[in-house]
Amino acid sequence: MALRPGSGQALLQLEDVTQRFGGLVAVDKLDFSIDAGSIVAMIGPNGAGKSTVFNLITGIYAPSTGRIIFDGRTISGRKTSDIAAGGIARTFQNIRLFAFMSTLDNVMTGEHARMRAGVLDSLLHTPAQRAEERRVRERAFELLRFVKLEHVAEQYASNLAYGMQRRLEIARALASDPKLLLLDEPAAGMNAKEKGDLIDLIRRIRDLGVTIFLIEHDMRLVKEISERITVLDHGEKIAEGLPGVVCDDPKVIEAYLGAPA
Amino acid sequence: MDLFLQQLVNGLSLGGIYALIALGYTMIYGIIELINFAHGDVYTLGTFFSLAILTLLGVTGIVTGPLLVVVVIVTMLGAMILCGLTGVVIERLAYRRLRNAPRLAPLITAIGMSFILENLMQYWHGPSPIPFPQVIPNPDVHLGAVTIATKQILVVVLAIGLMIVLRAFVYRTKLGQAMRATAQDRDAAQLMGIDINTTIALTFLIGSALAGAAGFVSGVYYGSTWFFNGFGAGLKAFTAAVLGGIGNLTGAMLGGFLIGLIEAMTTQLISDQWSNVVVFSVLVLVLIFRPSGLLGESLPAKV
Amino acid sequence: MRRLQPYLLFGAAIVLPLIFSNGGFVNFLADAGAFVLLALGLNIVVGFAGLLDLGYAAFFAIGSYTFAMLASPQFGIHIPFWVMLFLASGVAAVFGILLGAPTLRLRGDYLAIVTLGFGEIVPQTFLNLSQWTGGPNGIGSLDQPAIFGYRFGFQALPYYYLILGLIGVAVLAANNLRASRLGRAWMAIREDELAAAHAGINTTVTKLSAFAIGASFSGLAGCAYASKLQLVSPDQFGFNVSVAVLSMLVLGGMGNIPGVIVGSLVISSLDRFILPQLTNFMHGFGVAIDLTNSRFLIYGVILVLTMLFRPEGLIPSRQRRSELHAAGDAALAEQTLYTEAVP
Repeated sequence: MALRPGSGQALLQLEDVTQRFGGLVAVDKLDFSIDAGSIVAMIGPNGAGKSTVFNLITGIYAPSTGRIIFDGRTISGRKTSDIAAGGIARTFQNIRLFAFMSTLDNVMTGEHARMRAGVLDSLLHTPAQRAEERRVRERAFELLRFVKLEHVAEQYASNLAYGMQRRLEIARALASDPKLLLLDEPAAGMNAKEKGDLIDLIRRIRDLGVTIFLIEHDMRLVKEISERITVLDHGEKIAEGLPGVVCDDPKVIEAYLGAPA
Repeated sequence: MDLFLQQLVNGLSLGGIYALIALGYTMIYGIIELINFAHGDVYTLGTFFSLAILTLLGVTGIVTGPLLVVVVIVTMLGAMILCGLTGVVIERLAYRRLRNAPRLAPLITAIGMSFILENLMQYWHGPSPIPFPQVIPNPDVHLGAVTIATKQILVVVLAIGLMIVLRAFVYRTKLGQAMRATAQDRDAAQLMGIDINTTIALTFLIGSALAGAAGFVSGVYYGSTWFFNGFGAGLKAFTAAVLGGIGNLTGAMLGGFLIGLIEAMTTQLISDQWSNVVVFSVLVLVLIFRPSGLLGESLPAKV
Repeated sequence: MRRLQPYLLFGAAIVLPLIFSNGGFVNFLADAGAFVLLALGLNIVVGFAGLLDLGYAAFFAIGSYTFAMLASPQFGIHIPFWVMLFLASGVAAVFGILLGAPTLRLRGDYLAIVTLGFGEIVPQTFLNLSQWTGGPNGIGSLDQPAIFGYRFGFQALPYYYLILGLIGVAVLAANNLRASRLGRAWMAIREDELAAAHAGINTTVTKLSAFAIGASFSGLAGCAYASKLQLVSPDQFGFNVSVAVLSMLVLGGMGNIPGVIVGSLVISSLDRFILPQLTNFMHGFGVAIDLTNSRFLIYGVILVLTMLFRPEGLIPSRQRRSELHAAGDAALAEQTLYTEAVP
């Protein structure tokens, strides 16, 4: 896995990004950046536009205005598969696994962009193709071990327990060897123990050199793991900074709880 | 210009039939997101049922006087009721179980249902086209250089009349409200106490009844019918529903008339043989360039 | 033993017509074989990639007419049969891409309808362009294959072996593809296209390759079948054929190769054996019904009943069984999955 020193340069940058859906402004002139090697969180009340930001980054939408720059290249307006191949991976708020493929196949599919085998190779099972399959299979097992799912490698993804499905989604995301990993509410539906394991997993991922950007609602988890928090409300950034500072910011409290009576 | 106006008239009457069928497609798709493949065959059944009723009534040609109104009403209502029931039965037997199945399943089942219906009808009246009584006297009306057959007026009047009734029902009654709610958000509707099964059955009832009406009208209009009618007409009506915006009632009406016009123009300008190709091309183009149709809303999917 | 199974079955297939050498039966086998090829091709589009193609007969038509136009007296061109196999499957593949391209952004049902539309347009076009295609009468007197100086003639047996060979190639190809990067990409798209894109899969190229490769199989079938039948005409390629092939997939088990082959043979047998036998059976009860004309009714019933009661097909790949009985059979699936490997 690639190692990236915490060099302090922005890996991802959103410049003045606005996203409109018809009359609705989901993201409003957002300026935002993430440094390589960090763990950054985005919080905000429901409907604040957080998932839209993820969708903009991975190319599901092209921003109405503004630019998104990743690793020195403009990615706004490009295709999702290109962006993914360029080093951004994500998990989804409502888990999106390949339900009726095996756990192992899910992870192997994650490595699609890093594989060379073309149509002809796949058709003929050339020696090179077979060697590549073996390599990818082994790496997939490695990743399953990393998220502690190796014992269910042959099970269908749809048959896994909820917490395991979330870990599988992460393993699949890691398979593409991303520089940036977007986690969309990874702790949703987890109990305390699972959340503890998740924190541990996120740290281990960061130790591999992957930059992590997460959306989360669990404030304790966010405070414990993030180096920096950005707060979104109604599509606008209303606060940004160290976890302790941001959480005490009256504007943030008001966004979540409403104005004081 | 005269030619154009003439084709306009022809197109409108064709379109009336398509519009009635398209309404059923759009209602059913709107509520359970299923293209009811068998719908076109329910339309043909409407013609067959009408034929049976007319035969029962002893009608073999034109009916005159006040008896005409009775015959028309009885036959059309009869066809509508029978088709409506057919639709409900099909939904209950074939589609209900698959409501939560992967999308391919109900679609394949619908195709199977369509085949079954077509072949049952083939058993009923044989593989060749069969004549349909004229029923209404059909003097031509002349407006300048344009000739309008009375039955063309009948088609358009009936079609629009039924559509008005439908709109009133859907937008002004409680049951109609339940249908709209279920179409928008099935779970929420259920939580509000709406009986989903009944509502969906009702949708099939009404949609299929409209197809039955179209069947009656078509029999009178064309003077004949054929077990395989529903396939082509069904596809064109579906194109109409998509063109107008699937799920949108007004769209289905508009789309129906437009497709009728397109078909009339094509038949006139090119040839009958190519009209199918043209209509299907319209379908493909609409789906590629404006899948929400003319009156549909393009809502981005929530990810 | 399990791994030998396919080879044993193939061996049995080779020997079969030598044992049951009744000409009519061998003829049936050859025709049935052509449909097995078609089913294998459609399986790639529908079973692997999840793209519901209701107009697959269009590619069968394209393959057949390509052969008919380039290996017959029609234009006086007589490209050798073995070259035509490549050419016809190539042309079919190109059309797979052309006809698949408009469907790329369409969702399941809409995609199905559009492919249905193409399935109507293609034979209609062949019918209309009568100058080149012979119109409703089609093209006849097609060339016959020749190998090492031996011309095939009008016997069914050599055609049977030709088609059997093509099936062998097709099965190998499909199997290889299934367990490969491309196969996984297809299945990922089938499962969740958005997530597939996020895994770096170019959905456009992947879908088009499914259409192309699936169509190429029917190019092969078209070549062999047309040559055997000595005739192509537009009425051979109607919606009925598309539905028949789809029924083979549905009945046998979509996405899994043995199932598809079995489903195809069952449906082919319907016409040839089952319906006539059933008709006799019914006659024995004094019921004068002729079931041999009811094949399409039966297809419809098969589709409906299979989808309602056994959607995974006769020989399911375990994944489908798991998917479709998820709610009810969760416990059973768990057991099965813990002890058996994914195919």
